[in-house]
Parts: sequence; C-alpha cells; structure tokens
Amino acid sequence: MNSSLVEGYFRQDKMPHIWCPGCGHGIIMRALAVAIDNLGLDKDKVCIVSGIGCSSRAPGYMDFNTLHTTHGRALAFATGVKHANPELEVIVITGDGDASAIGGNHLIHSARRNINITTIVFNNSIYGMTGGQYSPTTPENELGTTAPHGNIDNSFDIAMLAGAAGATYTARTTAYHAKPMAKFIEKAIAHNGFALVEAISTCPTYYGRKNKKGSAVQMLNYLKDSFVDIKAAERMTEEQLAGKHIMGEFKNVTDQAEYTDKYTALIERLKGAK
Amino acid sequence: MTQKKVKLLQGNEACVEGALYAGMKFYSGYPITPSTEIAEESAVKLPKVGGRFIQMEDEIAGIAAAIGASLTGTKSMTATSGPGLSLKLENIGYAAIAEIPLVIVNVQRGGPSTGLPTAPAQGDIMQAKWGSHGDFPMIALSPQSVRETFDLTVRAFNLAEKYRTPVILLTDEVVGHMREKIEIPEPGEMEIFDRIVPEPGSQYMPYGVEEGDIVPKMAPFGAGYRYHVTGLFHDETGFPSNSADNAKFMLDRMMSKISDNVEDIVEYDDLMLEDAEIVIISYGSSARTCRASVKQLREKGIKAGLFRPITIWPSPEKQIKEIAQKVDKILVAEMNLGQYVHEVERIVKSDAEVHHIGRANGEVLRPGEIVSKVMEVL
Repeated sequence: MNSSLVEGYFRQDKMPHIWCPGCGHGIIMRALAVAIDNLGLDKDKVCIVSGIGCSSRAPGYMDFNTLHTTHGRALAFATGVKHANPELEVIVITGDGDASAIGGNHLIHSARRNINITTIVFNNSIYGMTGGQYSPTTPENELGTTAPHGNIDNSFDIAMLAGAAGATYTARTTAYHAKPMAKFIEKAIAHNGFALVEAISTCPTYYGRKNKKGSAVQMLNYLKDSFVDIKAAERMTEEQLAGKHIMGEFKNVTDQAEYTDKYTALIERLKGAK
Repeated sequence: MTQKKVKLLQGNEACVEGALYAGMKFYSGYPITPSTEIAEESAVKLPKVGGRFIQMEDEIAGIAAAIGASLTGTKSMTATSGPGLSLKLENIGYAAIAEIPLVIVNVQRGGPSTGLPTAPAQGDIMQAKWGSHGDFPMIALSPQSVRETFDLTVRAFNLAEKYRTPVILLTDEVVGHMREKIEIPEPGEMEIFDRIVPEPGSQYMPYGVEEGDIVPKMAPFGAGYRYHVTGLFHDETGFPSNSADNAKFMLDRMMSKISDNVEDIVEYDDLMLEDAEIVIISYGSSARTCRASVKQLREKGIKAGLFRPITIWPSPEKQIKEIAQKVDKILVAEMNLGQYVHEVERIVKSDAEVHHIGRANGEVLRPGEIVSKVMEVL
C-alpha cells in the first residue's frame, strides 16, 4: 500500500478496521483516498457522511470532517451539510441496503435535486452488519438468511435508478477494477451535480459462504470475469454478453444547474428585498 | 423617534420571526398541517437574509438535513406536527447523543395517527420526552400566545446552543393559528446565545468538556478540526467506544448538563397562588382557558390558583412540590387523556390529591367545565 496515502488520508490510530478478511470494502475506501489525492482537495473542506452498515464505518478511518449518521439517512444529513455550506466537498459512503432500501427515498430525491454530493455505494448485495439478510440488490434465487429458500425479490440496478431519478453523473465499477474505480470516483467528485458511483464489493463471509461463491480471491475473480465495460459491450454479441454485467460510465451530463448554485443565485437575486 | 414594529401575526408566523431574531439561517422540513406556515414563512424570508430553506422529501429527511446544517455552525430549525414528530424521533435521539443544537417545532394536532389534522391537541407531551429510544436529555417549551411563541422560539435556540441539545417547541393548533398583536423586539433587546467554538489553534477534544464549560465546545465542519461525529456511544475524542464505563460517563454527563441546570432552564407562570386552596396546573393554550376558570371560581368565592409550566421538560419539579405541600388538591387540565398529570403525580406523590380533566376529541377545554370539575373535586 502507498504509505503516503495512508499517512495523508487515514486515521491510523483507528486501524485495524472492523471489516472481515477478504471484504472488498477496503479497496473502495482506498480508491476514494486516491481520487481525493489526485484532485488535491483540501482535507479541511471535505466532509464524508455515512449511514449504518459495514460500508458506513469507512468515514471513521478517514481523516476528514466525518459524520456517521442513522440508517439510510446519510444523504439527508449530507444535503443539510452541503446546502448550509456549499464550500464543503460532500461525499457520501453508503451500502446497498442503506442507499436503496431504508434510504431509497433520499437517494432518488438527492438525485432529482442534482445537489453536488458524490455518493459511493459499496454494493455487496447483502446486509453484512446484521449477518447476511437479502438486500434490494441480492440477485433472484440467491440465498440470504432471510431468503433461506432462494430470493424471490427483483433487484435494483442502483446506478440506473440514480440516473433515471436525475443524477447527472453515474458509473459502476467493481472492487476488482481498483484503478478505473479511482478514476470514476475522481470524475464523480469533480462533477458539479449529483454523482453516484456504484462500487460492486464482495462479502465472502455472508454472501459468499451462503451462496457457495468460494474464497475472497475467487469472488474477486468472478468480478473480473463477469463485468464488462459498457464500451466493450457495444462491440459484443448477445451471446458473448450472456451472464455478464455492465460497468463503466453511464451518465455524464454537465449542462444541468446544480442545486446549491441555484439557491445562491436566488439569494443574490433577493439581496436588498424586503 | 423609532417606531416599534407592531404586527398582527399568527403563532406560526411569530415562530419564524423569533427564529430569525435568534439567528436561524437554515430551515428544512416537510409540509404538515397545522405547522406548514412555519415552512412557508421560512421559505419567504430565509433567502432574503442570506439563509437557506429546503423542502425535504419526508419528515425524517427534514430533521436529518437540519442536523447536518447545524454541524456547519448554522442555526437550524425544522417544524412539524404529531405524525411528523413520530417520524423524527430516531434522529432526535441522534441529535441528543451527538449533542447537536437544533430547534424542532411541534404544532400539536389531534392523534393518534392522522387523527384530527386541523384540530388542536396536547397529545405529544410524553412523545417529546420519551419518544426516541434509550435515555437522553430533553428540553421542551410550551407557549400560550403569539408573543410567547416568539419569545420561546428565541429561547429554544438559546437553550439549544448553550446546552448543545435538541429543543422542542411544543405549541398547538390554537396557538399556531390564532392571530394576536405582537411587538417585535429591537435587535439587541433580547439576549442571543451562540454556541461556544474552540479557540483557533487550540488542542480540540470534540466531546471533552473544558473546565468552566457546561458542554464541549463545538467546531463547525470545515474550520480545520476534522473530527468524527457518530450516533454510537463515543468517548471524548468523538470516536465509537463499546466500554460500559465510558457509556456511563458520557450518558451521565449528557443527562446532568440539563439536570444540573434546571433553574436556568425552567420557566413558569402563576396566578393567585398565595391563598389558593386548589391549584390548576395547565400549559399552552389550555392554560388560557384555566385563567378564565380561576377568575370565575374566585367570583364564586373559591380560592383557586393557576400554575403554568412554560418549560415542560425538564419539569418545574421544585415549584410543583411546593404547591403540593401548600394545597390539598391539584387539578391538571390538558388536551389529552392524561399525560402531564402522570408527571405531576410523580412529583406530588401523596402530598396532595391530583385530579385530571382532559379531552382528545379536537375541542379545546372550556372554562365552565373546568369550573365544574373544581366544584366536583372540592
């Protein structure tokens, strides 16, 4: 690991982290630090907000203004932080359950407002913190402790959901693809508007064990083999794409006004008004 | 000669005037009857003073955004009514444990559930204090008039900032919607308290109390301190701790910042207590009814008095105890089927007989029925 990255952006006295061996979350947390480093952001002006769950413990390890909130509400808290002080670079770390189940309403409305918050969804397709219950991103027929006979729920495509709700930057990447992941997060932070990066993670402890996905390495290799970049996918046949998942940059719209900018303009317009 | 700013305002409008006077710069909420005018007025006025309003997607987000805003050093408020307060409860607990200054206005309406949306009630007395899970300190204030709504909104902000805690303004549909004449104080006329921030360059312990302080100093996010805020039990550094000793230490400190300062926080009002033989205890709009009842009873030669807690939580325990030692009978009058009466009974114990008159059908208490109840229990 790049030690200057650790020294520069992590609270080393809070390590080791609570994540299980083989968990993909550390890779995503590191990619976020790389992105912030590449952008040269002022640490004092970065605020990282999270909800509840395994992923939401990440901010505690990161040397910024960090806010660990209630389950599902990270985006609502973050909206208050950003709206009250638009100078802050606000980043939300959330999980698939936190973002799309209990926090689903905040996700679509933050996207709709196009408020300049970068959301990184650590999607491991399971509730890890509570011991392996199925989430809105658990694939059909897979097992969870609350889907003991196979999951019959349809699953959410979080990146598509955010894009459809009005997010102006969306991308999907995986814990295997660490380098492109950092690039997508960097672009998401630099984007002036609501940006969401869905980072597919791995949970060998619960999801993997329950569904016989093998070791942590085998789970990462699965990500490598089954995810295809959207640009490469355009050149592939339907046959070649069978069983594959699409990753890459899905949406990057720059001509939409950002929420707090619009409000600042409103304040300017009303200056001196009675 | 400067002319006094005299206005004819609704309680809900006076609340916003008070909030702005106290320095509110952020409002986030969700529309709900009978509190909506508070959001509407905030939407009109905040951007004109460089503040920010946002209508959130739900009640939970309404309080969450206000907490987030407060962390940036911005005085923040949200307003709601009963069902909305129920939805906000989890994050009220969050603001309590993370010690975030915040004002929550609850314009009470008939419940349970959707209940009687346009009718008054005082049914959230216990919800305000005990609604969120676990033990936590609570300050709740109850105005009886438009002017008092202004004053208590200012006070709610001051107490929130001073004690780093959420404060609930427990008003009701009658006080929220009635119009009365109000003289808006000049800037500087009322004391405004701002949270204490750390000295630049000082060693900062986000949840450690320095000598001479009541609460930890509060650095705004973005000012260079890079600390951690969580709803988990945390130690003085702000980081989570599972230690039972630490949990006890932090909770004791949180509780005692209020219990040690009850004299500063408690406000009350009374009428004809000196020679009273029976005392009516009532608050908010119900206390107005009781004032009329006391006068009617006096005309009948019955020595009745009125005690009106303005601070609902923490209770004016000392004052109620004193009353119980002086009189044989107390009547608690409130717009619910018996909530504050339990607190009065807890305080009074066997020192006096405690009676109750209440209703929860959306109608206000009438002076005559309180007079009859007094005659009945005497």
